[in-house]
Amino acid sequence: MNTPKEFLYSKSHEWAKKLDDGSVLVGLSDKAQNDLGDLVFVNLPAVGDSFSAGDTMCDVESVKAVSDVYAPVSGTVAEVNEMLLDTPEAINKEPYEAWLVKLTDVSGLEDLLDADAYIAVCEEE
Amino acid sequence: MEMKTPLYDCHVACGGKIVPFAGYLLPVQYPTGVIAEHMAVRSQAGLFDVSHMGEVMITGPDAFANIQNLFTNDFTSMTDGKVRYSPMCYEDGGVVDDLIVYRYNQEKYLVVVNASNRHKDVEWMKAHLSGDVTLEDISDRVAQIALQGPASAKILSKLTGDQELPTKFYTFKDPILVDGISCIVSTTGYTGENGYECYCDPADAPKLWNALLEAGKEDGLIPCGLGARDTLRLEAAMPLYGHEMDETITPVETGLGSYVKMAKPDFIGKKGLEEKGDPQRARVGLKITGRGIAREHCDVYADGQKIGHTTSGTHCPFLGYAIAMALVDLAHSAVGTSVEIDVRGRKIAAEVVPLPFYKKSK
Repeated sequence: MNTPKEFLYSKSHEWAKKLDDGSVLVGLSDKAQNDLGDLVFVNLPAVGDSFSAGDTMCDVESVKAVSDVYAPVSGTVAEVNEMLLDTPEAINKEPYEAWLVKLTDVSGLEDLLDADAYIAVCEEE
Repeated sequence: MEMKTPLYDCHVACGGKIVPFAGYLLPVQYPTGVIAEHMAVRSQAGLFDVSHMGEVMITGPDAFANIQNLFTNDFTSMTDGKVRYSPMCYEDGGVVDDLIVYRYNQEKYLVVVNASNRHKDVEWMKAHLSGDVTLEDISDRVAQIALQGPASAKILSKLTGDQELPTKFYTFKDPILVDGISCIVSTTGYTGENGYECYCDPADAPKLWNALLEAGKEDGLIPCGLGARDTLRLEAAMPLYGHEMDETITPVETGLGSYVKMAKPDFIGKKGLEEKGDPQRARVGLKITGRGIAREHCDVYADGQKIGHTTSGTHCPFLGYAIAMALVDLAHSAVGTSVEIDVRGRKIAAEVVPLPFYKKSK
């Protein structure tokens, strides 16, 4: 399981990465993509949608099933990674490159787990 | 409490992701993933543990008469060594299960049923036997391994020496020694490809599994899980009990009319099907033209009116797009009809296309 130190993680297996301008990229962790299996569809939210941490933000579909993706922090969608609409498998190949959404007006980053704490959570599962 | 098939340890050793299914712990996929497993079967070969399936022996002087009465297909013309598919109906025409029948001779048949229906089926059949006939559920004494894909014949023949394998589709031989293990070998399967299903003693199953994997390694054979089994059968438009048919859906409605022989003097369900008359709905294939994937139990609309619901759906690895099967009103079942599918509140566009979605090249 690949769990880079420079990312923050939620217990529901999303990652968050703060950019220099204060916005936050959100994606799925390596463990999440591995558990989900081959992803074949991503249903992204709309730019301008606002979420509280823990809200269902979008969903991803593997060959087998659909799974909700939760907002790891509160914020407003500034951008979505439209490339994933045509290449959802990028999440399997490069989970930490294949961001889903970019959030602005973000709060709640301090509640996320660092890599070590996230690894501990995964090991308990 | 789920049971383990005799191959459980083999699945764990292969890195299989184990899930409960039909009362058994079975691999949904291996580390290769559903798409690679699916493609292996279409292009080379895949190996499946289907030991969860139920096996029932029907023997005795009145075996044939009981088969004719219990199942909707006609077995009159069936010769020894043949395999035949059939639905089994309730009195009202709803489906108890769909199954395949192996004929040894007029007094000995092997019937293979869905794992999840095994106990229900055995009870139903026992309650409707008549005359001099014995029915025995031998499921716990039988393991089953499916070898599927274009390379199957090449792989299996490496382990069978100069024995003649069954070649014609839906035939079988018993016994065939596969790497020295006594098996029933049939040219059957649930993938839309050529291949075999091998039945053996559970104690021999791990050895057979490993021998087949080893023999097929250079031909691209990989173990495949339940995930690929489902996407393969869906792409080939093969119906699955509990989805395309159940106690409320007749075999005629789901397009299995050619396996329901109304010309037979009698069988369980004939009267019920006659009373129901011509079906008012039909099973159709849908190609998703919009963005998204429809699974089962999604409502289907045409011209704003609800016309039915999906029974199965997935992304098809070989075709490269999402498909679904649906039961819809006959009036909206023509190929080319544009429909919308309600996927969790979002309407996605689809079109009625001919079945099967995928047919192997000859």
